[in-house]
Amino acid sequence: MTAGGSTRARAVAAAVPDPELPMLTVEDLGILRDVTEHDGHVVVALTPTYSGCPALREIQLDVATRLSAAGFAGVEVRLQLSPPWSADWITAEGRRKLTAAGIAPPHAAPHRAEGPIPLTLTPPPSTLACPACGATRTERTAAFSGTACKDLYRCLACAEPFEHIKEI
Amino acid sequence: MAFDTPYEAITEETDSGHRWAFGTGFTDPLAGVNASLPGGVDAHDLAAYCLMLGDDALIMSHRLQQWLAKAPELEEETALANIALDLLGQARLLLTRAGQADATGRTEDDFAFTRTEREFRNVRLAEISDADFGGLIARLLVFSTWRLELNERLRTSADPVIAAVAAQAVKEITYHRDYAAQWTIRLGDGTDYSHERMAAGLAAVVPLTPELFEPSAVEQRLAEAGVAVDPSDLRPAFELVIAQVLTEAGLDWPQTSVVASVSGQAGRDGVHTEAMGYLLAELQSLPRALPGATW
Repeated sequence: MTAGGSTRARAVAAAVPDPELPMLTVEDLGILRDVTEHDGHVVVALTPTYSGCPALREIQLDVATRLSAAGFAGVEVRLQLSPPWSADWITAEGRRKLTAAGIAPPHAAPHRAEGPIPLTLTPPPSTLACPACGATRTERTAAFSGTACKDLYRCLACAEPFEHIKEI
Repeated sequence: MAFDTPYEAITEETDSGHRWAFGTGFTDPLAGVNASLPGGVDAHDLAAYCLMLGDDALIMSHRLQQWLAKAPELEEETALANIALDLLGQARLLLTRAGQADATGRTEDDFAFTRTEREFRNVRLAEISDADFGGLIARLLVFSTWRLELNERLRTSADPVIAAVAAQAVKEITYHRDYAAQWTIRLGDGTDYSHERMAAGLAAVVPLTPELFEPSAVEQRLAEAGVAVDPSDLRPAFELVIAQVLTEAGLDWPQTSVVASVSGQAGRDGVHTEAMGYLLAELQSLPRALPGATW
C-alpha cells in the first residue's frame, strides 16, 4: 500500500456528487465510509442513506468509473449496511452547501433512550430557520418530499416553501 | 473524463457497450456485504424467514404503489411513494439474503417475479386491497406498528444481514407509523363521515391481525436460535401503541370475527386470500410475458 495512492483514491472517491443532491459530494453527505488502496487496487465502502435509495447504484458506478479513469487498476465498491446512516454524518461543509441551495440542514438526530420508540401524534413546532430569509417562523407542510431523506416546510415570514433533511 | 453530474458519467457509452445501469455489476443489492451465515442455524429456515420478512415488505409496497395517481393530495401521494420505496428497499435486501442462505443463488428478481402464489410467505394483511383512503390508513397503521416492533427486536438478530436491515428499517418505519397514526387521528376525530370511513377501515383490517402474532414453526425454531422474533411476543407493545392512537382518534378497536386460516394454514404457509392472485398477476405480468426482459 502506498500512502500517496490511498490519499489520491480517497480524494477521487470523495469528489463524487450525489445524484439527488448534486450540490453535495458523497463525502459531504457522510455515505463514504472507507477507501483503501493496495497495489493500485481500491476498495471503497459506501453506506446507503435509506434502504430504498434509488441513487445508490448510480453512485456506486460513478465511484468506480472515476477511480478507473484516475488510473487505478482494480476498483471494488462495497456496501456497508451497519451501522445505518445518520443525518448527523453530514459534514459542516455539506450543511453549508445545503443551506446555500435552499435546503434546511438537519438538527442533531434524536438519541433514543431504552424503551419504546416514541410515537409522534402531533408534530412538534418547527425550529428551522428559513434558508431564504433566515426567519425562524416556519412550519412543516408534509412529512415526506421528493427524496427519501427530506420533508417539506414553508416559511411563515417570506412564504417560501423549502425542503429539509430529516433527522434520522 | 470529467462530468458535472453522475448521470452524465453513466450515460456515457463504455467499451463494453453498456449504458445507464445495464451490466454495471451493481445489480446485487448486497454487493460486498459479508455473505457468511450464522453458525448453528438451519440455512433453509433462515432463507424461509428472510422470505417472510421480505415478502411482507414487497407485497405491502406493491399495494402502496397502486395508490400512486389516486391519492387525495399530492403530499399524500409523495408520502405513500416514499413509504413504498422504503419497504421495497428492505424487500430487495431480504430477498437477496434468502438467495444467499438457501445457496440456490436466486436473485431478488427470481423471488419476486417467478414464484407462484403458494410460495409467497407474507402475512395476508399485506396483500388485501384498500376500499378507500381510510382503509389504507387503517392497514398502514396496523402493519407499520407491528413491523416496527418486529424490526426493533431484530436489530440484535444473530443473522448480521437481518440485524443491519432491521436497524435501518426501524428509522424508516418510525416515520411510516407516525404518518398513519396522525391520519388515523385526523380522520377519526374529523367529520362524522371521515370517522365513519376510518372505523370501516379498521373493521376491514382487524380480522387479519391475529395472524400477525401467530408464530410459524420456522419462526419458533429461529427464535430459539436468536435469529428471529417470536411474533406472539410483539402483541403487548402493539396493543399499547394502537390503544394510544385510537383513544386520541375517538375510535374503538372493533370486535369482529377473525379471517380464518385454511386447515390451520395462512400467509406464512403460502395460503393467501383471493386478492393475492390479482396482485401477483399485475406484479409479475411483464417478466411472465417477456422472461429475462431488460430495459
